[in-house]
Amino acid sequence: MSLAGRTATWWVRLRSPCPAFSSLCVASWLPAGLAACERLYSSRSKDKLDMSVYPVESIRNFSIIAHVDHGKSTLADRLLEITGTIAKTTQNKQVLDKLQVERERGITVKAQSASLFYKHEGVNYLLNLIDTPGHVDFSYEVSRSLSACQGVILVVDANEGIQAQTVANFYLAFEAQLAIIPVINKIDLKNADPERVEKQIEKLFDIPTDECVRISAKQGTNVEKVLQKVIEKIPPPQCNTGDPLKALVFDSTFDHYRGVIANIALFGGEIQKGHKIVSAHTKKRYEVNEVGILTPNEQPTQKLYAGQVGYLIAGMKEVTEAQIGDTLFLYKQPVEPLPGFKSAKPMVFAGMYPVDQTEYNNLKSALERLTLNDSSVTVHRDSSLALGAGWRLGFLGLLHMEVFNQRLEQEYNMSVILTAPTVPYKAILSSAKLIKEYGQTEMTIINPAQFPDKLSVSEYLEPTVLGTIVTPHEYIGKIITLCQDRRAVQKDMLYIDEHRVMLKYLFPLNEIVVDFYDALKSLSSGYASFDYEDAGYQAADLVKMDILVNGNPVEELATIIHNDKAYATGKFLCERLKDAIPRQLFEIAIQAAVGKKIIARETLKAYRKNVVAKCYGGDITRRMKLLRRQAEGKKLMRKIGNVEVPKDAFIRVLKRQTDK
Amino acid sequence: SALCPQWPYCRKHCSYCSFNKYVVPAVDEVAMGACLVQETRTLLRLSQVQSVTSIFFGGGTPSLASPRTIAAVLEAVAGAVHLPARTEVTLEANPSSAGTRRLADFKAAGVNRLSIGVQSLSDAELRLLGREHTAAEVRSTVEEARGLFPGKTSLDLIFGLSGQNQEAWTQGLEAALALSDDHISLYQLTLERGTLVAAQVWGGVLPAPTQDLLAEMYQAARAVLVAAGFRHYEVSNFARKGALSTHNLSYWRAEQYIAVGPGAHGRFVPQGEGSCCWEARVQTLEPDAWMQEVQSRGHGTRRRVVLRPLEQLEEVLVLGLRTDEGITHTRSQHASPHLSLEAVFGALGETKALQQQGWLVLDSNGLCCTSEGLALLDSLLPDLLCQLQRC
Repeated sequence: MSLAGRTATWWVRLRSPCPAFSSLCVASWLPAGLAACERLYSSRSKDKLDMSVYPVESIRNFSIIAHVDHGKSTLADRLLEITGTIAKTTQNKQVLDKLQVERERGITVKAQSASLFYKHEGVNYLLNLIDTPGHVDFSYEVSRSLSACQGVILVVDANEGIQAQTVANFYLAFEAQLAIIPVINKIDLKNADPERVEKQIEKLFDIPTDECVRISAKQGTNVEKVLQKVIEKIPPPQCNTGDPLKALVFDSTFDHYRGVIANIALFGGEIQKGHKIVSAHTKKRYEVNEVGILTPNEQPTQKLYAGQVGYLIAGMKEVTEAQIGDTLFLYKQPVEPLPGFKSAKPMVFAGMYPVDQTEYNNLKSALERLTLNDSSVTVHRDSSLALGAGWRLGFLGLLHMEVFNQRLEQEYNMSVILTAPTVPYKAILSSAKLIKEYGQTEMTIINPAQFPDKLSVSEYLEPTVLGTIVTPHEYIGKIITLCQDRRAVQKDMLYIDEHRVMLKYLFPLNEIVVDFYDALKSLSSGYASFDYEDAGYQAADLVKMDILVNGNPVEELATIIHNDKAYATGKFLCERLKDAIPRQLFEIAIQAAVGKKIIARETLKAYRKNVVAKCYGGDITRRMKLLRRQAEGKKLMRKIGNVEVPKDAFIRVLKRQTDK
Repeated sequence: SALCPQWPYCRKHCSYCSFNKYVVPAVDEVAMGACLVQETRTLLRLSQVQSVTSIFFGGGTPSLASPRTIAAVLEAVAGAVHLPARTEVTLEANPSSAGTRRLADFKAAGVNRLSIGVQSLSDAELRLLGREHTAAEVRSTVEEARGLFPGKTSLDLIFGLSGQNQEAWTQGLEAALALSDDHISLYQLTLERGTLVAAQVWGGVLPAPTQDLLAEMYQAARAVLVAAGFRHYEVSNFARKGALSTHNLSYWRAEQYIAVGPGAHGRFVPQGEGSCCWEARVQTLEPDAWMQEVQSRGHGTRRRVVLRPLEQLEEVLVLGLRTDEGITHTRSQHASPHLSLEAVFGALGETKALQQQGWLVLDSNGLCCTSEGLALLDSLLPDLLCQLQRC
């Protein structure tokens, strides 16, 4: 039985310390499984671990960072096995990736932690592995995780070499001044070329080739050596149990039965059940109910000491109470709070609507529950004439959006309509009236309906990103053309070895949010990788484009767009809408307009004959069913003027192109 | 009540046909015939009808059955209920399976109307449709049939084939008209799932005619036939000299019909069980299974669904509007004594708008489509059903 099984929701229940069980029983959410889990749980909780045997000097806190699919999670599995944290079976696959979406996509979305016990040269070490997401969309999670670490293992695939996310993740660790252990994975593969990868690492990251550890996480080759390097090269945390309590909240999850479970790293002091603690952020006071370590499931301990990483449950009812980056201290023993984190800034917005409006409340509660565990998603209520009541959600990036949507579907069984993603534009206002209305000279435009007229604006701004592309050199020509087509400006081009090139481009964000990644993948046969980081705003010649159906504007299809792209996009939207609206009893004009100017037009001709030829015995039942369904469908049509537009027409037009 | 016995076998599969039909190496005609007779008796008894108003042997290819089998079924009907002497008894026949001798034998057996599956008078088109016969066979069969069944021979034609243009269609129609008797059915080719033609069109192997071309073909055919004195009395059916198909009319008027044979669909009230509910009934599809059921319990009814009054009204509407007479006030009242056409469609609403557009007429006769509206019927019906459902 493989753990990659696609059982919905089982991970939710998995926050109990029975890893051996969980790795054997896929359907562990079943009542019988739950009962077994709880039994194990209670039997273990009686003899709580004594963590005082791990002084600061014997603690190492580290993360594994890597490009997608380079074997980060497999390495984590091996480390957990070697240290006896989980039973060694062939079924341990991505043990730390608990979400179904993580297992299916082979990515990590939500950072998980695990404490490993390892004896080296007679000393018992406590190694805290903090797993990180691989994709830049989740770089916020990465930096959060890294703040609790003193070092990282940088995993690079021996076959694929350095990829775009390797670069991004390396710089995150480098800037955080962490010790970096380069590991070349998958040396067992036929096409593995560890030497070449070592040279890339040397060239790009300035790490001597002899510092790289060559491993096969899959087969376990040299994995012990990685552990030894962790102990040798990563410094223990600099802190003291004798100091007053200073705990960093670096993550939090929400459990329906126990409330908020905060992941904490102790930068000083100790903490145990019964302690009264205060949040530096909210100044609220709590009493600690439980502390423990993650192995990777929760295992209560008597105490946690300075330098250690674990979890805390203290009667916090809402995730907002456990602000990520917050510092906890003992009541009446305040400390200087840790620097904390900048809150994650949404880069991509999309409308989300229930497929069926009667599902609105269910979707609402699913959204609320999901955002409890993913506070980086912003939620604003929105409504559309075509799609009904819904929300405008802000995501960190595209993958984040997709993953969020997939989690809604898989974990909450919600089917939603997601509109085409847009980016937050800005306008520098020149009209006194608007400035007064917004209270400042700059406004952020999330919804095209808010787009201010050119006359009241001195400048429009669009968000940009610095994109990194790593590709085999034979695709450079095509990639450069693609980037130019997306209004990107080349910033750098570097051969990282004889065959591979790293390109850096400044992209307008809206040019990459829809289908850039797919285009890049398809023109490079899947070999090019892409990653991006926020690069601020730049001035842009933006216009608002309306789509008209028989002269009536369709509010939900209004788009903010760069003037240079208006014609092509207008034509595209009109064509797509034409395909999506069924022919009707009269002719329909579908137009794209910027201001009063029509820039594209499609005509949907009227039906001239639409009657089934034969209607005899056999068909009639089937036929009646179809007609009743059509009659039912009429009620769900959006009327634009006299034109009946099925809801799925908007979905088909608004949906991302790749989902065609 | 009308009666429609089904003969489920064909000699080969036509490329466009999705009917419930079977091509088998040897047909056990004796058993099949006996079962058709037995089920006819059972269902007639169950329906408690007093008389049968028309009989239509469909299929499959019923002209492949022996005249004896047809005679046996007719005898069974006559033995069970009143069967007036001039009751319309139609047999569907394929040009290739209907030799002169056989046609005469069918006539002797009691058949008095023939519906010939001509489909086309072009050999190339016939090949595309996967038909067994040639245009020459069509001509001889139709001539023989007209000799035997004067004024009672109907021709089926198909239009909208891949690659067929307006000119080819009009020429084919003129040729058929020259050959025809007083009834012609023109069917636009429908792509049915599971057929070869549909697979080829959807797979991009064969081109599909455009909507506009189909509309033009239909209009042109209407004009040609009306000019030749035919009455366009149903979406796909034309008759002159009053040669309307009684059997099909009763179907479009949503009257009772008893269906016999594998995969047959019927609508009747099983009064023999003391019921007064209108039922949609489907017989077991597969011939051998159907025969076993008939042998063991007298009939092979596989599914019975009671139709609620609203559903029944919906059928009255959907079927009735296909005819030029539409739904008369009399018929409407018969179907739903408490709800008049005026009450349902007279008020402001969808129907009013459709009337204003010139697609529907609601007057002292009843509700019917205009000539333009008829071609658009499937786009009008959802609106009408919406309005009906609100009552």
